[in-house]
Amino acid sequence: MDPGLYNYWVVIVLMMSGLYVVIARSNLVKKLIGLNVFQVSVIMFYISMGKVDGGTAPILEDGFEIYSNPVPHVLMLTAIVVGVATLALALALVVRLYGAYGTIEEDEIAEMDDQDT
Amino acid sequence: MINLGLIDVVLLAFLVAITWAIIQLRDLFAAVMLTGIFSLISACLFMVMDAVDVAFTEAAVGAGISTVLMLRTLALTSGRSNPRFNRLELAPLLVVIAIGAALVYGTFDMPRYGDPQAPIHTYMAPRFIEQSGDEVGIPNIVTSVLGSYRSYDTFGETTVVFTAVIGVFLLLSDPRRGRRAGDALRDDIILRIGTKALVPFIMVFALYVQFHGDYGPGGGFQAGVIFAAAIVLYTLVFGLARAEKIFRRRRLELLVAGGVLLYGTVGVVSMALGGNFLDYSVLAHDPVHGQHLGILLIELGVGITVAAVMVSLFFLFVRRRQV
Repeated sequence: MDPGLYNYWVVIVLMMSGLYVVIARSNLVKKLIGLNVFQVSVIMFYISMGKVDGGTAPILEDGFEIYSNPVPHVLMLTAIVVGVATLALALALVVRLYGAYGTIEEDEIAEMDDQDT
Repeated sequence: MINLGLIDVVLLAFLVAITWAIIQLRDLFAAVMLTGIFSLISACLFMVMDAVDVAFTEAAVGAGISTVLMLRTLALTSGRSNPRFNRLELAPLLVVIAIGAALVYGTFDMPRYGDPQAPIHTYMAPRFIEQSGDEVGIPNIVTSVLGSYRSYDTFGETTVVFTAVIGVFLLLSDPRRGRRAGDALRDDIILRIGTKALVPFIMVFALYVQFHGDYGPGGGFQAGVIFAAAIVLYTLVFGLARAEKIFRRRRLELLVAGGVLLYGTVGVVSMALGGNFLDYSVLAHDPVHGQHLGILLIELGVGITVAAVMVSLFFLFVRRRQV
């Protein structure tokens, strides 16, 4: 067991749990929650890589020499805002699907489609 | 010995527990609330890992706006998932275990957590940390990189947010007029007075985050979401009809586009003055002043678009009538 990899491993467990929800659950809102968990895990993976031992937040100030890496922070903070915008788009699709099929279970929607053809 | 705090271990363990609860739960309302808590704990972890700006954004977006949007979706659809589809699925389980094992195997070649010699810290980052103080002249390196060094990227992200709201608008705006959905909680006196007292402070705080983002954590993205949160709170308590008197649909649409337009205009003006697209150094006599001005303007553009987009998204979901 190498404690230096603990963060990455937990993040992988979270990521895979999110992926499991996306694949195995048929409820569309549940799938989006899984996708959200997956997204936050990826963000955490990047932020973990940006951490420097003994570093501080990357805001220049006298008396500090070591700063954590600002580049992953920039990339991830915009990704979060884009993430909520795309989540809203997905939720809007779910609302429309419910209007058309009366259910948000993917399997039931697929069954209805099969009956139509 | 590696510098792994106890708080880090405990918070990550919390996240795993919450995720597994989400997998088990059939009640979607509880699952959505847990997602909000998941985001809040993630924000704490980002804070521990020195990513203050990211923590700020995650707390405002994940625990605020996206939870509200998900709850509204549940109100418009159905709140429980069908137990028929909630059992343990073997094939997906094997797939994720296989992928997870491959990823864990991949981590053995990775630099250890916090290692200052890791490749990620030797390229680009040292230049930003050492030079940005002289070149851009603002203390928050994240804002320097976001607003100036990587401003093309940020322009792209703002455009994606803008495009997403157009998509939601096309999907959810309903030309038929009918009873307004989304009843207010107006009869609860504690909520009403509490909200009235809080909303102005939240808005002032958003402005502080917006304009102080050069010096401390914050910036257009966070400020936009916090400003929208104030309006969401007001709408939840006093109802859509009253909120729409101030934030009319037409005005919001203008603001959504106006922010992106302001961002792009700064780029075009810097081109007209002889620099590259979004090269702010030419905007003033002194390059550092030009950088200050450019970052202030594009952050304002980002803040306007993000706030207007978040409010529009919320209004579109609330305005939608139940089918």
